[in-house]
Amino acid sequence: MACIDSSMENLDNRKEVVLLACGSFNPITIMHLRLFELAKDYMNETGQYNVIKGIISPVGDAYKKKGLISAQHRIKMAELATQSSKWLEVDTWESCSKDWLETAKVLSYHQQRLEAENFNNSIVSPPSPILPGGKRKRIDDIDAGEPKPSAPQKKGPPELKLLCGADFLESFAVPNLWKPEDIATIVAKYGLVCITRSGNNTKKFIYESDVLWKHRSNIHLVNEWITNDVSSTKIRRALRRGQSIRYLVPEAVQQYIEKYNLYSTESEDNNAGCILAPFLKNK
Amino acid sequence: MFDLEQRFLSTERIELSSLHFIIYHSHPHSSSNISLKTSKWTQNKGMYQVIEGIISPVNDNYGKKELAAAKHRVAMVRLALQTSSWIRVDQWESEQKEWIETVKVLRHHYSELLRKEATNSNAGSEIPTEDIATPAYTAAPELKLLCGADILKTFQTPNLWKDEHIQEIVEKFGLVCVSRAGHDFQQYISESAILTHYQHNIHLVKNVVQSDLSATYVRQALYQGQSVKYLIPDSVISYIKDHDLYREERK
Repeated sequence: MACIDSSMENLDNRKEVVLLACGSFNPITIMHLRLFELAKDYMNETGQYNVIKGIISPVGDAYKKKGLISAQHRIKMAELATQSSKWLEVDTWESCSKDWLETAKVLSYHQQRLEAENFNNSIVSPPSPILPGGKRKRIDDIDAGEPKPSAPQKKGPPELKLLCGADFLESFAVPNLWKPEDIATIVAKYGLVCITRSGNNTKKFIYESDVLWKHRSNIHLVNEWITNDVSSTKIRRALRRGQSIRYLVPEAVQQYIEKYNLYSTESEDNNAGCILAPFLKNK
Repeated sequence: MFDLEQRFLSTERIELSSLHFIIYHSHPHSSSNISLKTSKWTQNKGMYQVIEGIISPVNDNYGKKELAAAKHRVAMVRLALQTSSWIRVDQWESEQKEWIETVKVLRHHYSELLRKEATNSNAGSEIPTEDIATPAYTAAPELKLLCGADILKTFQTPNLWKDEHIQEIVEKFGLVCVSRAGHDFQQYISESAILTHYQHNIHLVKNVVQSDLSATYVRQALYQGQSVKYLIPDSVISYIKDHDLYREERK
């Protein structure tokens, strides 16, 4: 596949994209971080998109998932994990809510934020041409000899897409977990970037769902060619068994977990017997 | 934790020599390869206490295509190991004039081990045992080759290994073999008479996570300008960028 040298290309023609990942992040692992990197490479390589930001939004404690430790720790670990990243950030709006919030609501919140930022940017200063490399040139810096920029076009807000793995997508089929109208909103209004190891199975799943099939052009499937089976569940299990999780989570996260002794047999029993929030809500 | 310490007093010490094969299959040094060592040894079977891990990058004259210069590979391993308290890189193999067979690398490191032991015990004999922080070990240290299960398969490749070397490795040293996706450890053992005979000296470690992450994959991603962040340490990524390594596919 030809590698597009985006530094030479006019990025103005591309649609800007922000990726949002929702989930427990209990704890965050290198797999979560890899999803972002794979998605960004894929979307940028199509030539149509320019991924400018990734947002990690840990779920609130009201989700009541078994083994879920407090949001405060999960957020801190996500922040430690992303401190070396130039484009990933952690957002706490979702986790600060007392009640559990549907994913569609979280998407809606972030969409509004992006629209508000976009609006503010356009009134603070008139849009200046964006040079290759993403730097804005100030209007008064333009040399006399250079062609004047054409009338600045108002750039819309970036497109917000939900980043997820194949299991997330397939959870759409779990009865009462999702509201059908929410699934429709997510794929129709926003779009999915789904990292999958078995592309064919995921395609089949999409094929077998009317709503997914209808909006299949808005579901971007990204192949993960290598098995890298790091999951939060495995991390917690390894910790309970005294096994090393080094190199499976970022160093700072491993130290944080050790310092606060976060995961144990006790913590795995959190919310035991509780009904998962979406099931309660969708009864 | 107290229980574990009690057990250690009567155990043999082991030093691991992992690298030759890890490096054979993994330059640049990928996170998954370090993790496979660490995950195994904190399991602690109760018979051994692992005291050291050694990564020995292969000599440039090995002739594998895409092999970056030894000085770079050694530097990258060193960067990757900055945060480790027990694994170190050793340049001896890479500094030799010729490529050396694995068994010779093992012999070298084992004699080094014994030499250090002798020095330590000579120094220690003048000091009352209670004053020495470390527990007294009675058995001689062991040096084992650490590798992925895929290496067992390479024993079957004609002319790749000398039979007497395979024998020496499993008989005199021992293997610690980490499971790898798509490789059937038991099958490889049963397909070889030597391995079957010495299987008591071949320890299989089940990896905490299944991963077929390899240096080949990492190099491929680099050639294609794709991100390898979180697959290898940030310090190694910077090094690769600063030294312009793995830029295009070299035939």
